[in-house]
Amino acid sequence: MEANTHLQSEPHGPPSGIMRWILTTNHKDIGTMYLIFSLIMFFVGGAMSMVIRAELFQPGLQIVEPEFFNQMTTLHGLIMVFGAIMPAGVGLANWMLPLMIGAPDMAMPRLNNWSFWLLPFAAIMLVSTLFMEGGGPNFGWTFYAPLSTTYAPPSTTYFIFAVHILGISSIMGAINIIATILNLRAPNLTMMKLPLFAWTWLITSYLLIAVMPVLAGAVTMMLFDIHFGTSFFNAAGGGDPVLFQHIFWFFGHPEVYIIILPAFGIVSSIIPTFSRKRLFGYSAMVWATASIAFLSLIVWAHHMFTVGMPLTGELFFMLATMLIAVPTGVKVFNWTATMFRGSISFETPMLFASAFLVLFTMAGFSGLMLSIAPANMQYHDTYFVVGHFHYVLVPGALFSVFAAVYYWLPKWTGYMYDEILGKVHFWLSFIGVNVTFFPMHFVGLAGMPRRIPDYALQFADFNAISSVGGFLFGVTQLLFVFIIIKCVKGGKKASAKYWDGAHGLEWSVPSPAPYHTFVRPPEIEEDKDYF
Amino acid sequence: MQRLSVCVFLMFASLWTCNGVSAFNMKKGVSDVSNSVYDLHMTMFFICICIGVIVYGFMFYAMIKHRKSKGAKASNFHENAFIEIVWTTIPFLILIAISIPATHTLIKIYNQDDSEIDIKITAYQWKWQYEYLGEGVSFFSNLQTPKEEIVGIRKKNPNYLLEVDNPLIIPVDKKVRFLVTSSDVIHSWFMPDFAIKRDAIPGFINEIWTKVKYIGTYRGQCAELCGKDHAYMPIVVEAKSQQEFDSWIKNKKIEAKKERELASKKWSKQELMTRGEATYKKICAACHQPNGKGSPPVFPALDGAAIVKDKDKIAHHIDIVTHGIKGTAMQAFIHQLSLVDIAAVITYERNAWGNKTGDVIYPQDINNYIKTGKYQPQNK
Repeated sequence: MEANTHLQSEPHGPPSGIMRWILTTNHKDIGTMYLIFSLIMFFVGGAMSMVIRAELFQPGLQIVEPEFFNQMTTLHGLIMVFGAIMPAGVGLANWMLPLMIGAPDMAMPRLNNWSFWLLPFAAIMLVSTLFMEGGGPNFGWTFYAPLSTTYAPPSTTYFIFAVHILGISSIMGAINIIATILNLRAPNLTMMKLPLFAWTWLITSYLLIAVMPVLAGAVTMMLFDIHFGTSFFNAAGGGDPVLFQHIFWFFGHPEVYIIILPAFGIVSSIIPTFSRKRLFGYSAMVWATASIAFLSLIVWAHHMFTVGMPLTGELFFMLATMLIAVPTGVKVFNWTATMFRGSISFETPMLFASAFLVLFTMAGFSGLMLSIAPANMQYHDTYFVVGHFHYVLVPGALFSVFAAVYYWLPKWTGYMYDEILGKVHFWLSFIGVNVTFFPMHFVGLAGMPRRIPDYALQFADFNAISSVGGFLFGVTQLLFVFIIIKCVKGGKKASAKYWDGAHGLEWSVPSPAPYHTFVRPPEIEEDKDYF
Repeated sequence: MQRLSVCVFLMFASLWTCNGVSAFNMKKGVSDVSNSVYDLHMTMFFICICIGVIVYGFMFYAMIKHRKSKGAKASNFHENAFIEIVWTTIPFLILIAISIPATHTLIKIYNQDDSEIDIKITAYQWKWQYEYLGEGVSFFSNLQTPKEEIVGIRKKNPNYLLEVDNPLIIPVDKKVRFLVTSSDVIHSWFMPDFAIKRDAIPGFINEIWTKVKYIGTYRGQCAELCGKDHAYMPIVVEAKSQQEFDSWIKNKKIEAKKERELASKKWSKQELMTRGEATYKKICAACHQPNGKGSPPVFPALDGAAIVKDKDKIAHHIDIVTHGIKGTAMQAFIHQLSLVDIAAVITYERNAWGNKTGDVIYPQDINNYIKTGKYQPQNK
């Protein structure tokens, strides 16, 4: 691959100043902006979770009123899902997909610019609702009607508009990613040679295109119910509040996989690198990803076991949900088999990827328990669910983003990050996550409902522990910012292939990756194993 | 690896020994259904522990033994169709095994036949109404914990947030069917001891049943976010012997009869004000606040509001309280409150705080308004 470096020509550098960022069509610039945006939103949403944990530190009302507490839980969820995790995934896709498949850029660079620049405006609109008369959205991130229509604060209209814009941005991003992967692969880079990160993003993009319009439909119906006198979700007018939940979860459940599939891709890149061994069962991994995506479209009502569905409905959704354990198990087994009899070293990306493997598996166990409909009558809407999905999203999705950032940061900046600080960041985050979210399973089983600012005395001890863990985790993330800034400013020079066990085209370009890469497609030899 | 297995063991041991009565684990509960749900939960937990020990065993073995720093050399295997089939099939078989008892329990939960008592549960922001169908007995169940305990001025009692003024009373060993619905947003009637969680949805009536085995007091909470005071609408059920239940419901019927007779009684302004204040605090203050200032724009102020102060808007005032305002959080109280309570609360609102209008509205006025749609004051 060394022969390729002379192809990294620099026809022109980036324009300077702010206009570089506003007008840019370069996938690396746009990827960087996505990642910075996501980091900012991560801290906004994180600050809200700190308010939540502070209020829940003790029973009773101490810091905020219930009305404001509900706005915090709602916006924390919305911002973390739509503002932090999803843009982080798209940012990584922007940066790495063209490098991984030997493309000069994304297939539609101008569309790419637009899909990024919609985000800050949507985010500002969403957060600004907090300062409006009547407060921000206070009906939970699932915004069940009629609490979110008839009984909602006036700012809900802004929330709806923000969701529309975020959805448009996601759909455009997804179209771009599909077009890039299908059309811009280097010659001879066949589909079954793609890195798994490309595969998971390809499948995720199809999910996005399938379900984001459904979300847009849901919020549009809300808009009509609020302003134009329709009764889609208003029982008094002949509408159906349960219909809202079906529509919402038809989007909402695949959304979970939209968040976690790219994480699977990242981990599938990192574990082989640091195990110095090829990914075990590549084609099984691809098929497992596709089956998970398909199943995710037919299990939505497992979020609704208590709404009073008929018995057959409960049975179908219970059995279909249980099935997801099969392909997910295959993934976990394959990752484990990849590490088995490898030559493993634990640099920071591998630490985060291993924690992902261990803790995501735990989230899988609680997920399997939740799928059992009769038991779900007890688990549903308690902290057991909160514990479960935070294990999916924090040590699952978020840790994989951390892992990806440490893994590729030297490729972006040209400097190695501080390994010791990285490891400190990992261990504090690892302890923080478990101290925060593990006790939630217990209070949930003991019957503590979610989304309450105040609780009965028997839940007090575990909540205090959760809060302490939450503060530890929150403060630790400042270290992450420090590590990134330190790495951008300088450090040990990174070589083109700074991880000795890494494979793939992204390691054939120098670090930092030049502004334009693969202007001419790289040569892929027919019979050589790259991945 | 050792540390983990010790942790898992301790966790498991603690869960097993406390036998369902703990702050750690699901309650075993007091009905057949809740017992099967508990067993299902523990079976699932045990299966997860077993799978976990094996999977984590391999993971940690690799992480510890196959490290570069220990001189491990990487092997080259990366594919094996046989093992892929094995680890696809085994979980599949485990799932089939689990689905049998799960389906069995689910069918039991859905068997609504032969109920002996039917109770309609209607959720309101933020209280429950219990109606004994065919008995003419109906009442509201509100949070009883005083505000002082919530804001921390007074020490919290052991049943903090899990206590109500009027608990639901049911007899033991009878199949009690609950018909759950809502008058405003979605709530959820959650009683861990019965393994019941049913959403209360406006426009829908959901059925669920229980047969409680032991006399006792059981506590739960609303489980679906329903607005501001979601944390403050607990559920308390007292299961009594059949005898005690019978005499309780007999007294309730007599009380209900007396209450209906009150509507034709002659009321003084002072009596109406006292009763109105109590009703206001119980029903209205959650949104409009005890001081009548509300929390605009969703919950408007009543203190100084034109509808409450102007003489010629009395009819409008009565209309809002009885029929509510469509498209807002203001409910129709015509079926929730008695004529006396509606008259009393309107009288109270028109004379409390700065609204010293001197207007007195009588139960008969409300009755006339409901029938004719007009307000014609009785000159008493």
